Amino acid sequence: MAQEAGSLKAQLKEKEKEIAALKNKLAQLEKSHASVPELQDKVTPLSPLTTKPALSNEDIMRYSRQLLLPELGVKGQLNLSRTSVLIVGCGGLGCPLAQYLAAAGIGRLGLLDYDEVELSNLHRQVLHGEENQGQAKALSAARAVKRLNSTVECIPYHLQLSPENAVQLIQQYPNSYIYNVPTRYLVNDACVLSGKPLVSASALRMEGQLTVYNYRGSPCYRCLYPVPPPPETVTNCSDGGVLGVVPGIMGCFQALEVLKIASGQGSSCGQQLLMFDAQGFRFRSIRLRPKQADCAVCGESPSVTQLIDYEAFCGSAATDKCRKLNLLSKDQRITVQEYKSVVDNSGPHILVDVRPTVEVDICHLPFSLNIPLSSLEQRKSEDIRLLQQRIIQLKQQMADDHQPPVYVICKLGNDSQKAVQVLEKMSGSELDSITVKDVCGGLMAWATKIDPAFPQY
Amino acid sequence: MVTAHRLNTYFRFTPPSLPACAKKMAAPVAVHLEFGGGAELLFDGVKEHHVTLPSQPEPWDMKQLLVWIQRNLLKERPELFVQGDSVRPGILVLINDADWELKGELDYQLQDQDNVVFISTLHGG
Repeated sequence: MAQEAGSLKAQLKEKEKEIAALKNKLAQLEKSHASVPELQDKVTPLSPLTTKPALSNEDIMRYSRQLLLPELGVKGQLNLSRTSVLIVGCGGLGCPLAQYLAAAGIGRLGLLDYDEVELSNLHRQVLHGEENQGQAKALSAARAVKRLNSTVECIPYHLQLSPENAVQLIQQYPNSYIYNVPTRYLVNDACVLSGKPLVSASALRMEGQLTVYNYRGSPCYRCLYPVPPPPETVTNCSDGGVLGVVPGIMGCFQALEVLKIASGQGSSCGQQLLMFDAQGFRFRSIRLRPKQADCAVCGESPSVTQLIDYEAFCGSAATDKCRKLNLLSKDQRITVQEYKSVVDNSGPHILVDVRPTVEVDICHLPFSLNIPLSSLEQRKSEDIRLLQQRIIQLKQQMADDHQPPVYVICKLGNDSQKAVQVLEKMSGSELDSITVKDVCGGLMAWATKIDPAFPQY
Repeated sequence: MVTAHRLNTYFRFTPPSLPACAKKMAAPVAVHLEFGGGAELLFDGVKEHHVTLPSQPEPWDMKQLLVWIQRNLLKERPELFVQGDSVRPGILVLINDADWELKGELDYQLQDQDNVVFISTLHGG
């Protein structure tokens, strides 16, 4: 009897343990489910941020190391918890920015990005993981931020900032951060019109820049750049390349300035441009002009009083996807399929790859001749001589007296069009007469439509 | 129009009380030029250039420096660097670590050992 009772008691204890574990698991699951932020595809009014009257014991422990700083203190920490920040672009700058703002205990983060996570993002956009490929970047970033600090309210927006939604969105957030050219003017104007400071950074190749615009008498983006740059002079990361840690460093600087503004210390980067040269490891702080009286948006008699069409203003699209040039007529171009049949039929031709050597080292077609576009434009004599030799060889192989065909290829089919124009000018003078065409869509079209084994970058 | 404009600049920076100086040849000016943010790609990827501007009757100003750079340093596609008589939109010019707007822009008279930076704004992230 006693033995049976003992065994039952032991079983009961075991079951109770099991129930407790299950309850715990359920609570965890419910908590994590509740904290998964819902992806927004449009701008909706936000409820006011709940303000804490005081720090909880958990807050004190979590933020203890920064609470010890007299520059921040309890007051600064509470200020952070009452601040909302909109991050426009959850990429190389946005990821570390969001991460450090969340870690430091910012109240609310709006995370905006129209794009999805791709493998080529992961070297610099460090909140996203391999398993997030194909997911909305805003959601992937929000989930990562939530894992880090579940007390931060995250609102992921899977949409593109536009003149229609920008002011409504930005008015709900005190600080923001920006991305490519049309968006820079758009965000700048929206910030000026809503009276918000703009902590702006950029990074490309091995360089970074940072400025706080529209903040305590500092200039706005338009004061500095009243006229947008010609679209062909604007290089993005997928064209120019970027070492991931460079936007990482610049994003951390943005986080620093946002935290200083939000906690009440104020930024010391207004009317200043911080330039970072990662190659020479040099930081430079430049004194900028003050707010300009004749500025079109923040000046004394502004001509921009509401948001305009920024794509028209800048002459380029508001995404940082690659632009497509259209310089040639249809008969000056062939498709990758047409080029494939030239190769398959062993049609005599020369294929000139006009990408820079660093890209040719990544991948190339084995039978191509590499002459970078810049060498063609500068008429580098050794390259021109090489091409001329190949043309002469080809002529000897060809039975008829047709002009030898030269096909030009690059990554996406933009530079190849410029190269066709250069080669056409040289044909019959600096070179023997040739027929030049470019391969539409370049090597990336070759990879997607002809040879799936060919690397994409 | 062009003459009137040049006359303006002349009077603003060469006080009429010093006519004798204006007739003398100004000494050569050594300046340190830097290109960054991608602007260096127009100069064979070379970021720093120590140059000496030759002696000439009037003092060197930024407008003349831009012409000199175009003639002596620019390797390719001048339209990516200059537009009209100034730099193209999107290039920020810094004179001795300050925005050139604070120094008189094109009218700034170069001093020996000045540091002039041409920086293209970056757009990536």
